[in-house]
Amino acid sequence: MLATRALSLVSKRVISTSICVRGGHGVAKVDDYNPLPDVRFVTDLSPVQKSLKEKEKGSWATLSNDEKIALYRISFKKSFAEMNKGSNEWKSVVAGMLFFIGVTGLVVLWQRKFVYGPVPPTFETEWKEKELQRMLDMRINPVEGISAKWDYENKEWKK
Amino acid sequence: MVRERRDLYSLPDAPLASRCYSHSKVETDEEFDARWVTYFSKPDIDAWELKKGMNTLIGYDLVPEPKIVDSALRACRRLNDLASAIRILEAVKDKSGPHKDIYPYLIQELKPTLTELGISTPEELGMDKL
Repeated sequence: MLATRALSLVSKRVISTSICVRGGHGVAKVDDYNPLPDVRFVTDLSPVQKSLKEKEKGSWATLSNDEKIALYRISFKKSFAEMNKGSNEWKSVVAGMLFFIGVTGLVVLWQRKFVYGPVPPTFETEWKEKELQRMLDMRINPVEGISAKWDYENKEWKK
Repeated sequence: MVRERRDLYSLPDAPLASRCYSHSKVETDEEFDARWVTYFSKPDIDAWELKKGMNTLIGYDLVPEPKIVDSALRACRRLNDLASAIRILEAVKDKSGPHKDIYPYLIQELKPTLTELGISTPEELGMDKL
């Protein structure tokens, strides 16, 4: 257990030290769900931001709302609301699905016309009627099946 | 109790034996809370420890008690990190998931601390909207 954990730590370090961690713009390795990421979003602060950071060392009550938001944005790229918002990607996915199902349908129709030969004569209505008559004559499944449902007196299906 | 289900499986920095052997000592809720309050109350806590603590805490299947969040917010104050304080509030709201009544309760309990330290909630800053 300890060994595997140590191994996973080592492999994480291998990846993070092999990638140059600059500016936190997706270059640093990001773990699954960490509200406080390792690297601050903005690493090169402008003079305004630097003075704001100095002001942060004092009482926070003196900061205006805009300053607080600015401090937040220095550290974090997206707020939780922005992070968690959904996208409309699913619509593209469903549209793509339906499109390809449609294309498949066209392929099937084309195949029926140009690839498959004619259907055997045994499917014709006349043939089927004769088939059924033969089955009834032979008393196929007379107890509970097809012949049981045929009324031989009146030559029709039982009601 | 704002907790839903406590994850008893071992975590990287859990000092107590929290494994699912039925004969071992299981940590009570109070002990869990106390441990985390103590963790964030360290006077010279550094930024890494704050991050590590918060990320681990958020990884658990629970919403932290107000006293734990209070301790974490005070740690942010010691580190002069307002952004993280706001982030923590966002994170615990996110952890509540569909249980919409947990976050207002947390804010209500934390109101004195928020006023004392001058921390605005994400709602006050309009950050909960897009």
